[in-house]
Amino acid sequence: MSEIVALTATAAIERIRAGEIDAAELFEAYRARAAADELNAFTWVADSAPPTPSPQSPLAGLPLAVKDLFCTEGIPSQAGSRILKGYRPPYTATVVSNLAEAGASLLGKTNQDEFAMGSSNENSAFGPVLNPWDRARVPGGSSGGSAAAVAAGLAPWAIGTDTGGSIRQPAALCGIVGVKPTYGACSRYGMIAFASSLDQAGPLTRDVTDAALLLSHMVGHDRRDSTSVAMPGPITRPHAEDLRGIRLGVPEELIGGDEDGTGIEAGVRESFEATLRLAESLGATVDTCRLPHAPHALSAYYLIAPAEASANLARFDGVRYGLRVAGDSDLETMYSRTRGEGFGPEVKRRVMLGTYALSSGYYDAYYGTALKVRTKIAEDFREVFDKFDFVATPTSPWVAFALGAKTADPLAMYLNDFCTVPMPLAGIPALSIPSGLSDGLPVGFQLAGPAFSENRLLDAAYALEQAIAFDGTGVRA
Amino acid sequence: MLEREQVVHVARLARLALDEDELQKMASELSAVLDHVERIRELDLADVEPTSHAVDVAGVMRADEPEPSLPRDVILAAAPEPVDGGFGVPSPGPSGE
Amino acid sequence: MTEYEAVIGLEIHVQLKTRTKMFCGCELSFGDPPNTHTCPTCLGLPGALPVVNARAVDFAIRIGLALESAIAPRSLFHRKNYFYPDSPKGYQISQYDVPICSGGRLGEVRIHRVHLEEDAAKLVHVGESGRIHGSDRSVVDFNRCGTPLVEIVSEPDLRSPEQAHEWLTLLRTTLRQLGVSDVNMDEGSLRCDANVSIRPVGSTGLGTKTELKNMNSFRFLERGVRTEIARQTELLRMGEPVVQETLHFDPTSGRLTPLRSKEEAHDYRYFPEPDLVPLLVTGEMLQAAQGQVPELPAQRADRFEHGLGLKPGIARDLAFRRELAEYFEQALSCSDVGATAAVELANWIPQLMERIGSDADPADSSVTPRALASLAAMVVAKRVSRDAARDVLTMLVAEGGEPQAIVDREGLGALDGDDGDGLAAIVDSALAADPNAAAKVAAGNMKAIGPLVGYVMRETKGRADGGEVTRLIRQRVAQG
Ligand SMILES: [Mg+2]
Ligand SMILES: [Zn+2]
Repeated sequence: MSEIVALTATAAIERIRAGEIDAAELFEAYRARAAADELNAFTWVADSAPPTPSPQSPLAGLPLAVKDLFCTEGIPSQAGSRILKGYRPPYTATVVSNLAEAGASLLGKTNQDEFAMGSSNENSAFGPVLNPWDRARVPGGSSGGSAAAVAAGLAPWAIGTDTGGSIRQPAALCGIVGVKPTYGACSRYGMIAFASSLDQAGPLTRDVTDAALLLSHMVGHDRRDSTSVAMPGPITRPHAEDLRGIRLGVPEELIGGDEDGTGIEAGVRESFEATLRLAESLGATVDTCRLPHAPHALSAYYLIAPAEASANLARFDGVRYGLRVAGDSDLETMYSRTRGEGFGPEVKRRVMLGTYALSSGYYDAYYGTALKVRTKIAEDFREVFDKFDFVATPTSPWVAFALGAKTADPLAMYLNDFCTVPMPLAGIPALSIPSGLSDGLPVGFQLAGPAFSENRLLDAAYALEQAIAFDGTGVRA
Repeated sequence: MLEREQVVHVARLARLALDEDELQKMASELSAVLDHVERIRELDLADVEPTSHAVDVAGVMRADEPEPSLPRDVILAAAPEPVDGGFGVPSPGPSGE
Repeated sequence: MTEYEAVIGLEIHVQLKTRTKMFCGCELSFGDPPNTHTCPTCLGLPGALPVVNARAVDFAIRIGLALESAIAPRSLFHRKNYFYPDSPKGYQISQYDVPICSGGRLGEVRIHRVHLEEDAAKLVHVGESGRIHGSDRSVVDFNRCGTPLVEIVSEPDLRSPEQAHEWLTLLRTTLRQLGVSDVNMDEGSLRCDANVSIRPVGSTGLGTKTELKNMNSFRFLERGVRTEIARQTELLRMGEPVVQETLHFDPTSGRLTPLRSKEEAHDYRYFPEPDLVPLLVTGEMLQAAQGQVPELPAQRADRFEHGLGLKPGIARDLAFRRELAEYFEQALSCSDVGATAAVELANWIPQLMERIGSDADPADSSVTPRALASLAAMVVAKRVSRDAARDVLTMLVAEGGEPQAIVDREGLGALDGDDGDGLAAIVDSALAADPNAAAKVAAGNMKAIGPLVGYVMRETKGRADGGEVTRLIRQRVAQG
């Protein structure tokens, strides 16, 4: 591949500043690659370079791939759903406009699981995304398009959203870096809602340094999002060379495999343990810790997220925008057929599940109980962080699986999120970095820290990244 | 195991048209998921406070100051049935609200 | 046959008079072209989020204080889920188990709760539209959607349609004086539903209640409730049960029809609104709101009754109409005489209204508060008789000016026996004119005094004071 797209975003920005490369030329190089996308990673690609911002702007006009879940004014924002096919919103999400103001240029919108519901990107109305490491396999989800595009070098970097693992898991399966920030760090305004109390935007990048840079321009309090909060300080460029004094906790409950015994793949476990030893060699202390309620996180998650989704998706009713079916019948038939034909099977499943969990007579048993489990999970983490700096787990119990391998069994698919759901339930930040390969497929290593510990997390991840020296250039050819 | 009638009732609440196959599938798939998630009901959660927000922020308000509204042609451009400057729908019965 | 009594509770929705909507910066509007006041939030566009309007919260606190409610330092917003074209998100943001105000009372009626929520869009029926033939269409206008609403729920303390009407009037006056709403039923800024049940007189249990909607005028409220009480009474008399249902009042036919959308009971699936954080009411917010709460009709009526000794009826009549109350208080401040003058003065205000029209504002009449005050004072001081004072008031209404001047000009001043203005002489001629009446009075038959007094009154054209005349007559006959 051409030499300029081999550069990380941070490196490219430095070259642009130095006048060694031209931002418009870089944009065109990526635009051409994105337009020739064979992974179905993009649902829309800019047909020309936008006016390039000043080279001195923080992001110097670097191209940015944006998950289709983010609203972009006048540009298709379809959330991977048939019900929003061709929808062009009249406004832009805060996170996207923050990045534009910092000098990012919109390269394209990326494919995703419908309304971010999925872990394989097979739930997109625009077809599945292919994993650049093996096109017969899934890239993970729901931010699979963003992950595949970055891994394959179709974009220097991308943003996605994470509700139960939708940034970290595809980052892991595609061999890149993904960060889910503290809940509230990034505004949710203009981000099409899946589960409002869990959704967070975050970066998907080739390395930790790029992740820190992109994140630093995403975060910030937004007066349009009541749940957004200002970070205690700016996100800074990571530089740690070792992990001296860092105490890593490995939760038995998560690496022991879940109650069904569908445990963590051997190859994943090996890579995980190797990374722990590497961490020790960098000066970290590694010990097991307890998250007693973590095994129930998946259950709580699959009640809370669908319940919120069932209300968040009620606005797709064929009245103001999007698909309408049977508009000449009576109102209720119009509603039901529009939604019945507009939503895919997984979305229908979750809307049904959430509606049931909230319906009269079941609220306390399901939703109410899940909210209490959520309290216990947050307490578990607080106690762990009294003794440990970070919690470490594999990001996904397994490497990228074959397309169609799990579509028949929704529950098996949900188990992907076993290690990634506890953090959003507690609102704490977590990231995934590539820790190596298993059978030639990337394995993800997850670190989670207390709320607003992003800088320390990125520092630790940076130190590990240098030591691991994962090579992802193979799939960017 | 969810009864078919329950699935039909929930589908009605959610305004989702499901054909017979979908109903059957939905009943068994939802039952499988519910069997799994139901385990949390065995936990002792007496006097545990529910958490609906992960961050404890409270008292966020905006000043009562106007901001520009959207031009009507812009919002109607996306409408499936624009009629007389509004959004056309099949006439419903009176609202229960 | 058992006598039944009605048990009535009201649910009132009040549009708050803020500048912008409850959760977005769109300006409130009335009568503007449809869909010209919308944004991603109030249109329910994908990705949009709500943010609470601080003034709406302040208004809700003022209402809570005026209704003597407990104001929650921390309350929650919930989502109330239902599909209807007037609800762009498929749910209404409202308050559920922890409302901003709980309890309280207004007059003799207890308040259950007061909570904040958002108004729905307007649905206009257009019949068959050109675009889709053979099917009945409506058009949605989102201008009203998101207007801040306060929902006030009373306890079922009302016992008759008339009482319901009167209490709602008191509530409207109260809200108007708080300056938080136009409380105009025709424009929909005040909307009232009623829960109605009946029970045998004397029993304390509650019968099955029905909910009456769309009674968007005071008259309709009274008519709707009366119709429903009659219907329920009829049912029970025929030994049939009352079914719990929601009834829609049709003002034209005056009939109540069950709502179609009720054949399957609603399941609103309330849950905490994750897009909003808990609502806090701080001490500062309470103080600020407190400073905005004026003396309210109920308190004012109380002060008129117990502070000034007015009769309950007149005290309410004056207090519940702001312009009357203010005119009365101004007049009061001009008159130096004490409580008796206040009572006398109060009684002259209905007299004034009779002459200027019951809906008029006395402040606009040519009778100044000072003039009415001195007229009342003259009556108290017996310087003019009540009859004569009525004529004086009529002239004041016609030409304005000072009562004393009119009395002097028209020679309407009260006559009395001691100053040689001849009242004694007129009494003597009365006695002379009807000797046997005089004799009867002399013999102690006081009934016979009537004709004599009447004679004097005729002679003096009512200027004489009745009491004074009686005194003189008895004095004269005694002297024999
Ligand atoms: Mg209401
Ligand atoms: Zn608005």
